[in-house]
Amino acid sequence: MSFSIPAGLEAEIDELITHYPVRRSASLMLLHAIQEHFGWVSPEAVQWTAAKLGLEPINVHELLTFYPMFRQAAPGRHQIKVCRTLSCALGGSHALHRHVCERLGLDAGAHGLQTTKDGKFSVEFVECLAGCGSAPVMMCGDDFHEGVSGKKADEILGGCK
Amino acid sequence: MAQEYKLILKHADEPGYTPDIECYLRHGGYDSLRKALTVPVVELSDGKKKSAQEQIREDVMKSGLRGRGGAGFSCGLKWSFVDRRSGKPIYLICNADESEPGTFKDRQIIHKDPHQLIEGMIISCFANDVKLAYIYIRGEMPKGAKILNQALKEARAKNLLGKNILGTGYDLEIHVHRGAGAYICGEETGLIESLEGKRPYPRIKPPYFPAVLGLYMCPTIVNNVETLCNVKHIVGMGGAEFAKLGTPNNTGTRIVSLSGQVKRPGYYEIEVGKATLGQLIHDPEFGGGLLDGRKLKAVIPGGSSSKVLKAGEKFKLKRKVDGKDVEERPIFLIFLMISIRFSKRAP
Amino acid sequence: MSAATKTDNNPAPTAIEMIKVKVDGRELEVPRLSPDWQGKLAPTTMIQVCEAAKQDVPHYCYHPKLPVAGNCRMCLVEFGTPALGPDRKPLLNADGTARIAKSPRPAIACATPVSPGMEIYTSTPGVKQMREGVLESLLINHPLDCPICDQAGECKLQEYSVDYGQSGSRFVEAKVHKPKSVDLGPRIMLDAERCILCTRCIRFTKDIAGDDKLGIVNRGSYNTISTFPGTAFDNNYTLNTVDICPVGALTSKDFRFQMRVWFLKDTKSICTSCGTGCNVHIGSREEKIYRYTPRENEAVNGHWMCDEGRLNYKWIQRTDRLRDVLVHGCKSSWGEALREIAHKLKQAPPGSVAIIGSARQTNEELWLLSRLKSRFGAISDSFPRDGQPDKLLVSADKNPNSNGARLTGISFTEAGINLAKIADGIQGGVIKTLLVFGENVVKRAVSPAALSEKETTTEAIEVHGITADVLAKLETLIVSDILPNETTRLAHYLLPGCAHAEKRGSFTSTKGRVQKFMQAVEPAGDARPEWDFLQDLVCNVTGKEGFHSIEGLFNEMAKSVPAFNGLTWAGLGETGVSVKI
Repeated sequence: MSFSIPAGLEAEIDELITHYPVRRSASLMLLHAIQEHFGWVSPEAVQWTAAKLGLEPINVHELLTFYPMFRQAAPGRHQIKVCRTLSCALGGSHALHRHVCERLGLDAGAHGLQTTKDGKFSVEFVECLAGCGSAPVMMCGDDFHEGVSGKKADEILGGCK
Repeated sequence: MAQEYKLILKHADEPGYTPDIECYLRHGGYDSLRKALTVPVVELSDGKKKSAQEQIREDVMKSGLRGRGGAGFSCGLKWSFVDRRSGKPIYLICNADESEPGTFKDRQIIHKDPHQLIEGMIISCFANDVKLAYIYIRGEMPKGAKILNQALKEARAKNLLGKNILGTGYDLEIHVHRGAGAYICGEETGLIESLEGKRPYPRIKPPYFPAVLGLYMCPTIVNNVETLCNVKHIVGMGGAEFAKLGTPNNTGTRIVSLSGQVKRPGYYEIEVGKATLGQLIHDPEFGGGLLDGRKLKAVIPGGSSSKVLKAGEKFKLKRKVDGKDVEERPIFLIFLMISIRFSKRAP
Repeated sequence: MSAATKTDNNPAPTAIEMIKVKVDGRELEVPRLSPDWQGKLAPTTMIQVCEAAKQDVPHYCYHPKLPVAGNCRMCLVEFGTPALGPDRKPLLNADGTARIAKSPRPAIACATPVSPGMEIYTSTPGVKQMREGVLESLLINHPLDCPICDQAGECKLQEYSVDYGQSGSRFVEAKVHKPKSVDLGPRIMLDAERCILCTRCIRFTKDIAGDDKLGIVNRGSYNTISTFPGTAFDNNYTLNTVDICPVGALTSKDFRFQMRVWFLKDTKSICTSCGTGCNVHIGSREEKIYRYTPRENEAVNGHWMCDEGRLNYKWIQRTDRLRDVLVHGCKSSWGEALREIAHKLKQAPPGSVAIIGSARQTNEELWLLSRLKSRFGAISDSFPRDGQPDKLLVSADKNPNSNGARLTGISFTEAGINLAKIADGIQGGVIKTLLVFGENVVKRAVSPAALSEKETTTEAIEVHGITADVLAKLETLIVSDILPNETTRLAHYLLPGCAHAEKRGSFTSTKGRVQKFMQAVEPAGDARPEWDFLQDLVCNVTGKEGFHSIEGLFNEMAKSVPAFNGLTWAGLGETGVSVKI
């Protein structure tokens, strides 16, 4: 199994490490950087990160499995996160989730991460996205969408290439 | 008649206001920082000297500012606990892990007026001899992290941050650290653990009080985004002037996050204690009343961690939104998040 | 971090201020600072005070020799501190005693420092209720499979359930299921469902063993102890995590499903795998040894022992153990063989006898050999056995009693320097009689694969020149050993000896700790403890009646060996005495 970090990414990572007086602190930022590049964090990437920071792989694996934003398998190219916390739930997030799932042929009853067969979309319910005043909200990739109606969701999905 | 009082969000929603540094400077940005950095040393009658830092800290104490993160603890007091004799570096962390359900005020500041936060941070760092600070922003706000990084870059370019800030000899670096989806990281010791690259389990107190044994076992200040923004205004207008806002024991303004089935959900900045829950829900200034055909069932005044106020508890609904007053009741009033739940439709 | 060395340099107690506190109404004086898990002075905690007051505070995650984690919440207690008036002066009750302001919130006793005048309450209804609540919460997802759990009988969940458990479960939801029979490493099996996530194992391996291989993965009720996938938890101290696991989550592959712990007889003994002399409990039942577990001795091993030493007991029960007294290959009796040997020795001319003792023998046995040595003006030595040391407990000296061999005069500053001389003496025909105790002197001719299990894996093999051909030149070869080998096969007189677990005696560790051990099981066949038959032999040779108890023998030895002067068998106690070496 060959695993390599491209020079550009490694330079970015080296710069991130300089932000901290203790290398271990850079763990989360490194995992973010690796995930942004590869889409997910493989066991090899965990080992690479640990070696880079002078840690044991379990130290990094502990973080990877704790934080739900990190992926241990490749998700879809476009990741939809629908907020399910109280205000959004009152504002119709379950209907929104159902709408998105049905449109993409996914199980509307599943709360966890699901990916379409073509690998284009992943959909999951997440906790409060701090947009309660404009419920329901969802994220598509890094983009935050407020007051998402079924029609607006269709437009967002349609805009994903 | 209750009304909004915009201090923190004064410019954020003005048409044409952009999050870049030029716009911020045009609106008087970083004037407070310049003021703070040039506070003259005061000679006391007993011959001792009072440094600029001490004076700023005193001013923050005088302002009566309470933390806007959750517990409503006095910011000046928190700063006074910092162990300044340990010889260890002092760290400051801005807690931007806004994840209490129902709260969405920090997002507005970060997205719309990031330099206000950065200015507040630089002043707070200066006042506490901090040389390295972090903004811990929740992972779910990738855009916010980008905006902050951009703003930090702009500030560095103008020598408002970095080495020898504005020629005063003061060095400070601020970095953005992203979370990755964990509510517990909003708890300050959990946040510190997370920032150290560990699982964010809250530490035990004693002995790990952040003011003494915080980040890397060094004295550490953890303040909320809105709290740090307030520091800028305290320096700008003076602590005594700031203390006139709000109520005597609970000063300044608060950004109320109103969500649920009201006509006008959103964030409203009010002077602390100058509006009742009822006004927030019903006044056309604020919530504008319930959505048509809905009946009030309950209000959650401080995020999901607080006690749910049922509609029947009328005396509580009439209380002023005033952190202190409500703290005396068994209610956890923090973010002033107001969720209004209704039965589907009145039969 | 050596647990063993820390305690020797306790700071002077005079410097520490004493404060008065009360535990359940009983006042006691305690130091303001006490040694923490590393032996460094830190504010004295409630749990330390409660222990001093002999007031048991139940706990899972707290361990005196591990960093405090404060996660199990079982040690919650109520407390109060002297109330102060607005002038910061203590308020008094009508009777002049200090008024106590009871804290509205409980505190975890493991992490909360005590302060002057503090009152700790460990047995109030509130505390009882908290313990019940914590225990109930810990058992929510627990499988309650005590009948098939190895920990049963020494499980903290069971023990506290007796005190604070509920007869029925209120939990009606589905339990979270987690991995079972997880192969964590070569010696450890994990049942994640039984785990209460106290993190003792993680802290031990990170902070004591220095091998940060365990962590918690996943989140919330799915939290699970784990290694990084695909890697093994395999350092030389892993089995200590089984000891400190307060529940049945971590089990020893060697011991699991072998024996219910309540059937085990406990014998206080010493590990013989190196010169450190870790104190152990031998768990045996009906003459069979099932396990070693470390026995606390702050001066030696703290709470720990290495895996290699712990599992080094199976050879004792090998079926090919030497069971019979053999004279020229024929079965004989102890009386006959010892009489013949005494006769031969008495006739040996001065300088014709050599003795090779073993630094695996006890002080008493080596001393008896040294008496034979001086009686016949014999040349003597023992074998060095060098291996790889580690930072925690394992010594480079793989003999348990090198100091004993030296102090009794069997070997010299450097063990093994006389071996070549002995080889030459035999070759040259000067040495005609050789006594070999507990060493396979011709071992060097054996391929490593054929080495007996008794030998440790890291041991170096010395080349000394006493080959089988050399031994063949002897007129008399007297050998005592436990397991058969090339040397025992060449013996003219073969005397079956005992493993340490089959006798009593004492060892002197590399650091000069004289420690005694007790008998756990009966010897194999006709085998007798070496001290016992050596006593007879010395008596036969010298005509002087010896002692027939280990106590008398030890006390006699202590008088004659300068380093042991003043020691008595009884005075060794359970944890031994340090002597100047």
